[in-house]
Amino acid sequence: MRTLILLLSFFAATATAGESQIFLKDRPGKNQVVAQCAMCHSLDYITQHAPIPDRAGWEKTVAKMINSMGAPINDADKQIIIDYLAQNYGK
Amino acid sequence: MVDRRHFIKKSVGSLAALGGLALLQRSGLAAATGGEEATILDALPGKEALIKQTYRPPNYETPINYFDAPFTPNKRFFVRYHNAVIPEVKTSEWRLRIGGDAVRTPLELSLEQLRKDFEQVEIAALCLCSGNRRGAFEPPVPGLQWGSGAMGNARWRGVSLKDVLAGAGIDKSALEVSLDGADSGVHKTTPDFVKSLPLAKALDENTLIAFEMNGEPLPHWHGFPTRLIIPGWTATYWIKHLTAVNVISKPFDGFWMKTAYRIPKDRFPSGQFSSQETAADMPITEIVVNSLITSPANGQTLPNAKSIEINGVAWDGGNGIARVDVSTDGGSNWQQATLKQDYGRFSWRQWHWVFEPKRPGACRIMARATSHSGASQPLEPIPNPSGYHHNAVQKITIQLV
Repeated sequence: MRTLILLLSFFAATATAGESQIFLKDRPGKNQVVAQCAMCHSLDYITQHAPIPDRAGWEKTVAKMINSMGAPINDADKQIIIDYLAQNYGK
Repeated sequence: MVDRRHFIKKSVGSLAALGGLALLQRSGLAAATGGEEATILDALPGKEALIKQTYRPPNYETPINYFDAPFTPNKRFFVRYHNAVIPEVKTSEWRLRIGGDAVRTPLELSLEQLRKDFEQVEIAALCLCSGNRRGAFEPPVPGLQWGSGAMGNARWRGVSLKDVLAGAGIDKSALEVSLDGADSGVHKTTPDFVKSLPLAKALDENTLIAFEMNGEPLPHWHGFPTRLIIPGWTATYWIKHLTAVNVISKPFDGFWMKTAYRIPKDRFPSGQFSSQETAADMPITEIVVNSLITSPANGQTLPNAKSIEINGVAWDGGNGIARVDVSTDGGSNWQQATLKQDYGRFSWRQWHWVFEPKRPGACRIMARATSHSGASQPLEPIPNPSGYHHNAVQKITIQLV
């Protein structure tokens, strides 16, 4: 809940109106994806890439976000996020 | 591929922008490969509606019908950011800091000092995203799926970086010059967008600290109050909201130099950057020779009885464009287009060619630029892991009736 409140206040400060019109597929794992990924970037980064990465590609992308881009995502959430992206936005 | 995509007019743009959307719907290059994402027109504050790639950080490209003008208006110029925290810089608080371990006397300059204490110069130069046309690579390559609009041509006014560095004094140990802007990531752990240049490129008289764009103060989305201009090199080095210039004796080792924006060695004709090269790869540097047909649009239907004017732009990394050849029969025969006004070797060059159609039906039009160095465009894009330097000869098809 605390994360959600932080997230909402963050959106209020930085998100553009258009960004709220991006809807990810409503499947298990979506909450973790929105909470973690949207801290730093709009979710169109995901929808734009939808047909390109396979599971290995999404694993690589999420690892890059954590290891290179400094996203503070724990291992449990990391796996949930990879599963969600591979199942819903994978090649 | 374009047909199955649905288009949304998200925000109210100018009629011209809507006309641009109609053109885009027919353009093979502009809409790129993207997947489920619809093409969305959206206007950032102070800008006209452009093609939205991502909202945050903001990445927007210019509809190609806006490229019919020699200079791209500021409000129609593409926007590209890597990190989402983009402060609105106040002139009164802004200072440019010149430092680094290979500078003799660190300096701090206000915008007024920068404008008054150095000779001002203006250069026409193409600002071109390294990944422009990435969306046209097959198979698709991860990264922003740009069409052909992540570029723009502008007149940039400012002062030479070498004059500013001379005021600080450069030690003989100097190897590179690193550049930082006011933007940053959301988390402290996210690498700041910092780039470096080889010392020789930093001291090139054409490398500018610019504060005006097309005769106006640099707009916020283009780097207010100052940005680097490195004519002939891709826009990744053109740091916006410039705050720090450091002369350094060791290769800069940040993520955006060591890992990102790299190309396989020896695959492209390219400016050298020896202090950042490995056995396998090197930073992207010079823009490669390229061209774009701006009209007619791909898929357009035109009367067979009238002459058809084919318009476009051509550019390279600073040798200048020697010729543009156009084919209207799918590449069997080529005719030399007329080059329009020359605004200098770093500007793009407009061209046109008038075509008298002979028979109705589908007509394949191609354009191929050649630079003064003799370099020309390949028929297929040169594969590379990050999808940079897409400069394949463009092919469009029009219907003659």
